[in-house]
Amino acid sequence: MAIDVQPRAGTLPDDADVAVRVRGLVTGFGNQIVHNGLDLDVARGEVLGLVGGSGSGKSVLMRTIIGLNPARAGHIEIFGHDALDPSPSAQRALRRQWGVLFQEGALFSGLTVAENIEVPMREFLALPEDVMAALAATRLRQVGLPADAGAKYPSELSGGMKKRAGLARALALDPALLFLDEPTAGLDPISAAAFDNLIRLLKDTLGLTLFLITHDLDTLHAICDRVAVLGEGRVLACGTIDQVRQFDHPWVQEYFSGPRGRAAAHPATGKAA
Amino acid sequence: MGTGIIWDAPAGGEARVALTGRWTISEVTDLADALAREAPRAPGLAIDLAGVEGLDTAGAWAINRAIQRWEQAGFGARLDGASPDIARLIAAVDGTPGAIKLRPDMGNPVVARVERIGKALVLQGRNITNFLGFLGHVLIVLGGTLIGRRRLRWHAVVHQAEAIGVNALGIIGLLLFLVGLVIAQQGAVQLRQFGAEVFTVNLIGRATTRELGILLTAIMVAGRSGSAFAAQIGSMKLNQEIDALRTIGLDPIEVLVIPRVIASSLMLLGLAFYGGLCALVAGGFYVWSELAMPPDSYITRLQEVILMSDFVIGMVKAPVFGFIIAIMGCFHGFQVTGNAESVGTRTTQAVVEAIFVVIVFDAFFAFFFSLLGYN
Repeated sequence: MAIDVQPRAGTLPDDADVAVRVRGLVTGFGNQIVHNGLDLDVARGEVLGLVGGSGSGKSVLMRTIIGLNPARAGHIEIFGHDALDPSPSAQRALRRQWGVLFQEGALFSGLTVAENIEVPMREFLALPEDVMAALAATRLRQVGLPADAGAKYPSELSGGMKKRAGLARALALDPALLFLDEPTAGLDPISAAAFDNLIRLLKDTLGLTLFLITHDLDTLHAICDRVAVLGEGRVLACGTIDQVRQFDHPWVQEYFSGPRGRAAAHPATGKAA
Repeated sequence: MGTGIIWDAPAGGEARVALTGRWTISEVTDLADALAREAPRAPGLAIDLAGVEGLDTAGAWAINRAIQRWEQAGFGARLDGASPDIARLIAAVDGTPGAIKLRPDMGNPVVARVERIGKALVLQGRNITNFLGFLGHVLIVLGGTLIGRRRLRWHAVVHQAEAIGVNALGIIGLLLFLVGLVIAQQGAVQLRQFGAEVFTVNLIGRATTRELGILLTAIMVAGRSGSAFAAQIGSMKLNQEIDALRTIGLDPIEVLVIPRVIASSLMLLGLAFYGGLCALVAGGFYVWSELAMPPDSYITRLQEVILMSDFVIGMVKAPVFGFIIAIMGCFHGFQVTGNAESVGTRTTQAVVEAIFVVIVFDAFFAFFFSLLGYN
């Protein structure tokens, strides 16, 4: 039996300043194990991109970290606090720290976009109505929504607009930690690039920590400081995109060295390669 | 260093405000108020951010708003000692108020009220035409199915029959058993005053077989299955499953509605019979224990009391009620649009209208059969 003497992929030194620390995570549904002893660290202020094949458990990992999915074993820390602590006060403090953008936006369908953005502000702060409205308007502009979108209901928005509105809501409290599930999937390339720029700006100016699931190789190149590859129930490889690219694993090689991977890495020569 | 805000506004000179510490969304109201303290005036404003340790979008918005206010009044406003990132953030959040619409226009309240009434009327009218169209479509498909031109999906019918009928046996049996007991008990108390306790059997027999057994079963099924139809089809519609069926070339009416209508009609027939039986059994228990009438004489009395026509009338009504419940549930399911709230409204409407129409039809049947001479 092989003994793993290497430090596990995905971990940082114990004394590193981490926003999220996952150790020995085991999750599953019924008889099916999704993660088996997964370790992962997200450093404070970095953008970590999570990639992996369909069904490798990317969304489940995110859902487990944010407490929507129970962990069977293991330990999750967010800014040094135990994220699996079920006490209401601990959970509330945690939820104040993060914003989450779901794949389809997950806007509340009975509220307008502006009201959606105001929900977290109403829940956690006692702000006057006019300040709240002005902040909601600021968020709308920030995510690049047109001026009339605030008064619309989610059912009246296109998919890309829903995503932007979802991001605006996730940003409502200026969270220190932002979880994004496929933020650019389904967006046209121009909007996707604008989305990347927006995320980069927020990260630079606010010192955000970002945990993002993406399949968009351009996004990985444009904004991710580190990339973690999920597979076989654990983190297969983790590091800068160039380090991960060297990793010897069939899925990783195919992912980064396929035509799309090459095109994203060398935008000018991609076509010729 | 704690959060602080210090104004230095010498008369005639440039107004300076120095911020220190962290300014985040929790303190944004204080910040906006403090920045609004000095009215814009010549020569201008300088905001000193050298002491700022942290700023989020909300803080940047408040600062940007102050700058806008001074600039709109025609005076200069500048940032001092801001790091490039903070300056970028402040420039990125546009603090101009009122440029973005946040709520739908409410308009004039009187006009809005009138508009709402008119809208409700038009919607109701459209609802009726939609319903007639839907009913016609279902009848055509049903006719096609009956003469063998369209496929009847037996698998779906059996599945629905299980959900509507078999799974409801417990609750409907219990409900009708209790109702039978109550009728027997209340009837016995009243009839005792006339020394006519023995006629309790007549009351139980006639009330349950012709009216109550059927009606209560139908109401129960409307609540259990009519609501399920509306919610299932409504969610499928939101999820674009109905569109998917159409593009594959399947008729949603044929696939979703016909099996439910057939299963509901047949199952209500069975459930009504079973429910009536449960009520009769309950009545039998009551007269046995309280009036000391043994089961065999109870059954003999029932045979004398219950007319065959009562039983047949009850059994004729049941499938009609089942049809109404299924049609209402499916129709409202197909009317779902937009959001989750609409599923809720339509489900409620499906149940309320199904029960209402069932009772209207029950009244109609009562008059109709009376006119035919079946009292």
